Amino acid sequence: MTTAGDVFRLNLPQVLEESPSGSPELHVLAVDDSHVDRKVIERLLKISSCKVTVVDSGTRALQYLGLDGEKNSIGFDSVKVNLIMTDYSMPGMTGYELLKKIKQESSIFREIPVVIMSSENILTRIDRCLEEGAEEFLLKPVKLSDVKRVTDFIMKGERKEREKKSHKRRRSDDYSSSPIASPLLKSHPCDSSSPSALSLKKSKL
Amino acid sequence: MASRRQIASMKQSLFDQGYLDEQFIQLEELQDDANPNFVEEIVTLYYRDSSRLISSMDQALERHPLEFNRLDTIMHQFKGSSSSIGAKKVKAECTLFREYCRAGNAEGCKRSFQQLKREYATLRKKLEAYFQLARQAGPHETACRPK
Repeated sequence: MTTAGDVFRLNLPQVLEESPSGSPELHVLAVDDSHVDRKVIERLLKISSCKVTVVDSGTRALQYLGLDGEKNSIGFDSVKVNLIMTDYSMPGMTGYELLKKIKQESSIFREIPVVIMSSENILTRIDRCLEEGAEEFLLKPVKLSDVKRVTDFIMKGERKEREKKSHKRRRSDDYSSSPIASPLLKSHPCDSSSPSALSLKKSKL
Repeated sequence: MASRRQIASMKQSLFDQGYLDEQFIQLEELQDDANPNFVEEIVTLYYRDSSRLISSMDQALERHPLEFNRLDTIMHQFKGSSSSIGAKKVKAECTLFREYCRAGNAEGCKRSFQQLKREYATLRKKLEAYFQLARQAGPHETACRPK
């Protein structure tokens, strides 16, 4: 994959960007239809040393990621997003629907951790989100300690990614073991593995 | 000239009387020298959103018959933003309204909404006075935690 990556110049969404000071920072995409909540989450994330992009709907989130069907879903010039934090209750596309759409995507985008935020503490809702692959479910109003905990966790995961020389164990399921050794074929995400074959993260932080 | 003690005392009474809760303090702790007016900025956004939602609700309550789902949706938004700034009493009124809504109690909804508007107006007046006082004293005063 690393060699094929060089050939394609794939912009993996999870690669860490560098802040002006040179330290690596997470790029977080926050989604919320409430203007007040958008402002708050933006501030919480900035204090947690993240680069933040805020949008007001699931549709705009997909557009930003390049997943709205307008462009090729491989997204050669797609933006690098390390984490998505989305409100659950939004008009149009709910946070849950956004989560599902992301987890149904090609492996690159499926890997982006998604955190759901909701003012309502409904167990069935929480379970449903975690089962669909949400990283975490946060109760609103979201606290700085919640955001720090989540971003620290994601940052650790990103560091481990960079330190590893080989594929992550679950990613090796993505690519069908093709007898043809061409890097071109190996990197094409037209895999036939079903989402359930990949381990869905159910663990709560 | 507003003294630090006057401001702290005003803030303390807002908490003691139940107008504000812990979330307001959480927001204050996000302020720093580079963002000294963050809470006031958020609260200003809240006023704007609230005006819009109150107007929507007033209109929705005029309809016959009432569309309870729509009322609940509007109130869910109002409750959410009220919760985000720590507006404790307003949030409680929102919860009450939603209960009437779910019970399909039109009269209850209308009465509850009138009460909510009163609570909101009171909170707004108090917060405006508080921020005005705080601004007179300087940015560092509002960042103090009440005892």
